[in-house]
Amino acid sequence: MAKKKTIRTIPQERTPMREQNAQARAKNFEEVACGYNLEEALRESERCLMCPDQPCVSGCPVSINIPGFIQKINEKNLRGAYDILTDTNLLPSICGRVCPQENQCEGVCTVGESLEAVAIGRMERFVGDTAIKEGWVNIPYIEPNRFRVGIVGSGPAGMACAADMAKAGCDVTVYEAFHQAGGVLKYGIPDFRLPNEVIDAEINNLKKLGVKFECNTLVGRLFTIEQMIDEMGFHAVFIGVGAGYPTMLNIPGDSSNGVLSANELLTRCNLMRARDFPNFDTPLPIGKRVAVVGAGNTAMDATRVSLRLGAEKVYCVYRRSRTEAPARAEEVHHAEQEGVEFHWLTAPVAVLDDGKGNVRGMRCVRMELGEPDDSGRRRPVPVAGSEFDFETDLIVYAIGTNANPIMGQTSKLKLNKWGYIGADDNLATSVAGVFAGGDIVTGAATVIQAMGAGRKAARSMKAYLGIRDPGLPYISAEGAGTLFGIDARERNFARVRIA
Amino acid sequence: MKANAMSNFEIVTREDFSDVTYLLEVRHPLMAKAAKPGQFVIVMLNEHGERIPLTIADFDRKKGTITLVIQAVGKTTRQMQAECKVGTKLYGMVGPMGIPTHIAKAKKVVCVGGGLGVAPVFPQARGYKEAGAYVIGVLGFRNKDLVFWEDKFRAVCDELILCTNDGSVGMKGFVTDGIKVALAGHNDIDEVVAIGPPVMMKACADATRAAKIKTMVSVNPIMVDGTGMCGGCRVKVGDQVKFACVDGPDFDGHLVDFDDLMVRLSRYTKVEKEAHERWSESCRMTKQVGAAALDALARGHVQQAELLELPDPLDDAPGG
Repeated sequence: MAKKKTIRTIPQERTPMREQNAQARAKNFEEVACGYNLEEALRESERCLMCPDQPCVSGCPVSINIPGFIQKINEKNLRGAYDILTDTNLLPSICGRVCPQENQCEGVCTVGESLEAVAIGRMERFVGDTAIKEGWVNIPYIEPNRFRVGIVGSGPAGMACAADMAKAGCDVTVYEAFHQAGGVLKYGIPDFRLPNEVIDAEINNLKKLGVKFECNTLVGRLFTIEQMIDEMGFHAVFIGVGAGYPTMLNIPGDSSNGVLSANELLTRCNLMRARDFPNFDTPLPIGKRVAVVGAGNTAMDATRVSLRLGAEKVYCVYRRSRTEAPARAEEVHHAEQEGVEFHWLTAPVAVLDDGKGNVRGMRCVRMELGEPDDSGRRRPVPVAGSEFDFETDLIVYAIGTNANPIMGQTSKLKLNKWGYIGADDNLATSVAGVFAGGDIVTGAATVIQAMGAGRKAARSMKAYLGIRDPGLPYISAEGAGTLFGIDARERNFARVRIA
Repeated sequence: MKANAMSNFEIVTREDFSDVTYLLEVRHPLMAKAAKPGQFVIVMLNEHGERIPLTIADFDRKKGTITLVIQAVGKTTRQMQAECKVGTKLYGMVGPMGIPTHIAKAKKVVCVGGGLGVAPVFPQARGYKEAGAYVIGVLGFRNKDLVFWEDKFRAVCDELILCTNDGSVGMKGFVTDGIKVALAGHNDIDEVVAIGPPVMMKACADATRAAKIKTMVSVNPIMVDGTGMCGGCRVKVGDQVKFACVDGPDFDGHLVDFDDLMVRLSRYTKVEKEAHERWSESCRMTKQVGAAALDALARGHVQQAELLELPDPLDDAPGG
């Protein structure tokens, strides 16, 4: 056996990921980060100490066997790495790109205590992308059961839940209101961060598991959650419709033409392809100067999309300072590199119009940080007499979302006081057989948190339906191993409890 | 009850009321079952299309169809007018969206429809009739030739007041004049429902304000998803901002800020016009290509088989 690795013997520097040059990429929708090649992935895999504590695994919301897949990369067994990844995560290409790894697996990495953490996300992406390129799919042996499961919303929560329920042998149908599946991954996250081909590839994998996708279906209005259970023959339903309903600032001039939500900007550009107008019919005149209000990941996406759509100047206006910005540091950094101008400690107080209802500028006030508020962040306080105006012809609000009201309007589901769906620790709602998770339960969060919720709900649904949980693999008396090439765990996890 | 594949929206009937107004009846049994008065759909003509909101003009639960009455005013609606024939399919149709009209226990109701609002007010008139109300219909058209669905309305209205701008049929005047007639004839009207262009709905709301008659209007602003996600359809109602797609589309006409609505409706006018011009131009080009191909055939330059593969422009080619 090779000599044990120590912090001194591993490559000290984190393997950088090649990126498109900032000037060039600010004008196109190609991916910013190019991804590792085999050589880079191998070098980075050397940096994992294979430490016994495996803090990364507990740092991962879906508990991927991280050292396991890194070991396989190190052995140049990429298929093996893919198999380990897809044991717990069917969507490695997506997660490798959009997870905030610095707060999860990489945030607790042992190497990270003295050097830069192992680039787990980048390696995950490398393996996922290789699988797409090679056409690998892991279709486990699925023993069909008699249960039908309906999933409302085809975003990350719904996709994750669908994958687990399909693997457990259920007949799964996913409903999506838009004309394409993918939810926020499609309409929200721009191509330069997560290309549509990657999403479609992952959705195709789900289809290969037997998951059916029904687009153009607005659940609640076309049929209700109750009808799904009572009339349509679904034994269990998962609701993962996201939060969605965008917050407006409610300052004077809000309704002027040229003020829009980040959701609208991103949906027009990403899903409706307004960037290819007039080849696609949806318009999105961008203006010369764009001001984006907010500093979360959505705000960063909005600034960078605006640049790519041809805005000459893009400002990001945020009432707190850079330290408090909720966006990933990497996203702020990318936006900055591409030429976005940041105005920290600045809050809009009014939208100025040209007298014909169009935006001509924004009135802002300078802020300073006071005492910490409920969120633990220092509360921004306006500086008296510091108002100033600046010119802009498009204002984008990226200041968060509220609960979408459709589910509440059309079902008997209990909502909490903010309008989100009430769910217990197991993500069961007030209606028997109906589970909910993701933003519609917690309020706006991240893609991986939604996926985590989808999987958690899947566990609860399996318990509710009496399906043995694959998390507790049944090992036959002969012991683990394969039979006719089928893993024992896969063979047995679809057992149905006899009531 | 089982959901059918949601990607097959076949047009089963088409009727042209005038040069600009046409009717499409689309097969969607599940939606026909779910639709209620006041709701709308979002339609996509093709994969490259935009999502446009259209109010449901009628639904037939037995036939399993949804009826849309469309005015060709922009690029997409004109393209639909040119391309949607019986047997063709829409790429997308989702709905029914919006909160259904609350058919209150009103005893006497005036249902007002003008221009593109005539068709959408029909399900409401019928809904009120079925709920036992006395329904007075007020319909506005520019002239006699543009009148449609008079019979359908007569069947569900106890009284029908037709208004035309030139007086070629019914009374001469606008729908607001029709409302005045209705109000003069009845002093016990509980509710007025008005659907049409914003400027008309504004005038209707003004006409009933003094008498304090509850007036509901149905707004149809620019929207993308229709599910409460983009916020493009926000309207000012009283001192609140509402999203027409999920909080509406019906609002109290006395509270809606119509001026604001009209400004917001104009926000893409310029690009819309450009898109339409570009599209008309490309249609003309296609026709020329068709004609050129015929010409080439006549001169024996093109194999007939090749020509057969050309799309329908041949149908339009002169003498073709």
